[in-house]
Amino acid sequence: MAGAAPGGGASRSEVYRGSGPRLLLPAWIFIGVFLLLPVILMAVYSFLTKEFRGGVIWEFTFAAYDQFFLNRGLFGDEPPTIEWTYLGIFWRSIWQAGLATFFCLLIGFPTAWYVATRPVSTRSVWLFLITIPYWVNLLIRTVSMKFLLRDTGPLNEFLMWTGVIAEPLSLINTNFAVQVGLFYSYLPFMVLPIYAAVERYDFALSEAAADLYCDSWTTLRLVILPAVKPGIVAGCILVFVPSLGAFLAPDLLGGAKTFMIGSLIEEQFKGAAGNWPFGAAAAMILLTVVMGVLLIHARAQMREDG
Amino acid sequence: MDQKNIAVDVDHVVKRYGSVTALHGVTLDIREGEFFTLLGPSGCGKTTLLRCIAGFEDVSEGMIRLHGDDITPLPAHKRPVNTVFQQYALFPHMTVLDNVAFGLARRGWSARDAEGRARQVLKLVQLTDFAKRKPGQLSGGQQQRVALARALAPEPQVLLLDEPLSALDLKLRQAVRVELKQIQRETGIAFVFVTHDQEEALTMSDRIAVMSNGHVQQIGTPREIYEAPVNRFVADFIGETNLLEVDVQTVLGGRATVALPGGTVIDVPAADGAATGPGHLSVRPERITPTDGPGSVTATVDSHVYLGTDIQLHAKLDDGTPLVVRMQSSGADIPAQGTRLALDVEAGAARLLAD
Repeated sequence: MAGAAPGGGASRSEVYRGSGPRLLLPAWIFIGVFLLLPVILMAVYSFLTKEFRGGVIWEFTFAAYDQFFLNRGLFGDEPPTIEWTYLGIFWRSIWQAGLATFFCLLIGFPTAWYVATRPVSTRSVWLFLITIPYWVNLLIRTVSMKFLLRDTGPLNEFLMWTGVIAEPLSLINTNFAVQVGLFYSYLPFMVLPIYAAVERYDFALSEAAADLYCDSWTTLRLVILPAVKPGIVAGCILVFVPSLGAFLAPDLLGGAKTFMIGSLIEEQFKGAAGNWPFGAAAAMILLTVVMGVLLIHARAQMREDG
Repeated sequence: MDQKNIAVDVDHVVKRYGSVTALHGVTLDIREGEFFTLLGPSGCGKTTLLRCIAGFEDVSEGMIRLHGDDITPLPAHKRPVNTVFQQYALFPHMTVLDNVAFGLARRGWSARDAEGRARQVLKLVQLTDFAKRKPGQLSGGQQQRVALARALAPEPQVLLLDEPLSALDLKLRQAVRVELKQIQRETGIAFVFVTHDQEEALTMSDRIAVMSNGHVQQIGTPREIYEAPVNRFVADFIGETNLLEVDVQTVLGGRATVALPGGTVIDVPAADGAATGPGHLSVRPERITPTDGPGSVTATVDSHVYLGTDIQLHAKLDDGTPLVVRMQSSGADIPAQGTRLALDVEAGAARLLAD
């Protein structure tokens, strides 16, 4: 926003300067205990030796990372080559999450635009309608999606009844089903930040663009999108990051071919077959990639803002 | 007036919003190279008319022509007119230079030519040193000039200005007024200027259209509007005036004989459409002077306001009609409250209105 109000700002910061650190203490404790500590714990676990019944032995090793990146043959005695299994899962997860983000943006932007351009009195109703599914547990919602998409589900039944198809489409256990699940799960995370950005948008800018010879599409590209970009970026991050680590949708709606990194991690911590250090290592790798992307974005944003 | 000297021809334009009519068949011509002002109180339709010319609003009926071409069906982005917006509407993510070059780039200018032209216009508005800043880093007055530069850069056939000075403080507003008028003269582009500030209108305009309730009340030069208002609305809205209820005895060839309150009969100029019977006479406060003779009216002083160069007297006629008199303060004694004054109404400067 345009520069801070002169006068008032300075004196206010004077007043609060002394008490700032003390007032922030509860927040720091909360972040430390519930955010930093678990991450550090995971980082430590990823360098420990696995125990066969789940859990860890406190012996330092790189075995988990070795297993993720390198293939040393069935008995571990061959010269190491790159292990493509997990990198493949990783790549597929990024692709799926990216695709889900793209579809959420495709549908979320017009939705947010529509809601933000309604009269003020009806906007809250629309927002309420968008958030209604979130009153139901994610697991239940995903299971019901499975019910909708299965061979004998309402969608196939309807299509067969109308005669569009003769045989049921196998929708379940496909990338399509996973996409539907991710899209449905995370769409509001795209809509809400974009809505907030569009609501602040000054529509006189669109008139100025039209006045300066822009048709609707050029106005969208040159004026509207740059103005609401912070909302779009926030929405994309809020959809991409949880999609990348999602395991409910791939587990319930996908099959072996749609296995994602979230499911891989989840499995390592479930039951006796689990491998905690390996799960922790996979989680750390995922975290590193996500943080890397966010840092690059933040750096670019800072350079742009001068 | 020769048809080809008309820049904008607004022809019986009606604008309705549902059941509300904002413009009732407005007709006016804006000449080339002219500073034309749409003046009126808020809600009079002046901004609506401007937005119809810009293409932001569709007209319900009627036609708008630009140099003879019907532009009524054209969307805003196809009209060779540009607008200076009330809150400037500068693109916040672009530099000043990019803002000014924006319209040129859209019209197919090469990046180099557009930048050259943008720098030229920035020089005109004295913002050369701010080309690389973002609008958020500029003061209100500077933003206003960027908005002007951005709208002038593509050399529009007509420049539309929607109360561009209303967001500036008084001192700045007076300076920008002079500057704006100068730029208009230098560029020779027809300016259509919307304002509710009559002083702005009087000082800057070549011609003024006074509007109220979606009707044009009067079109004329500032002097015509001020000195020869056609009706009570215009007389009252422009400057200060006294509206005296008079009995019109004869109307002939733009003049009329009227009986003032108190019975004195004087011969005054009359607006078109003035009729015999009860009517209203507009007399500016500075055109009423205290006299030693019998005077045309007598009034009792209620109070006075000292204005430096002038003294404003608030008085009442014998029948109770309030009257404002402006007298020069040099040397004269200020009449005390309750003084009965004989006043001369300067007949040539009074005007019988068409109501």
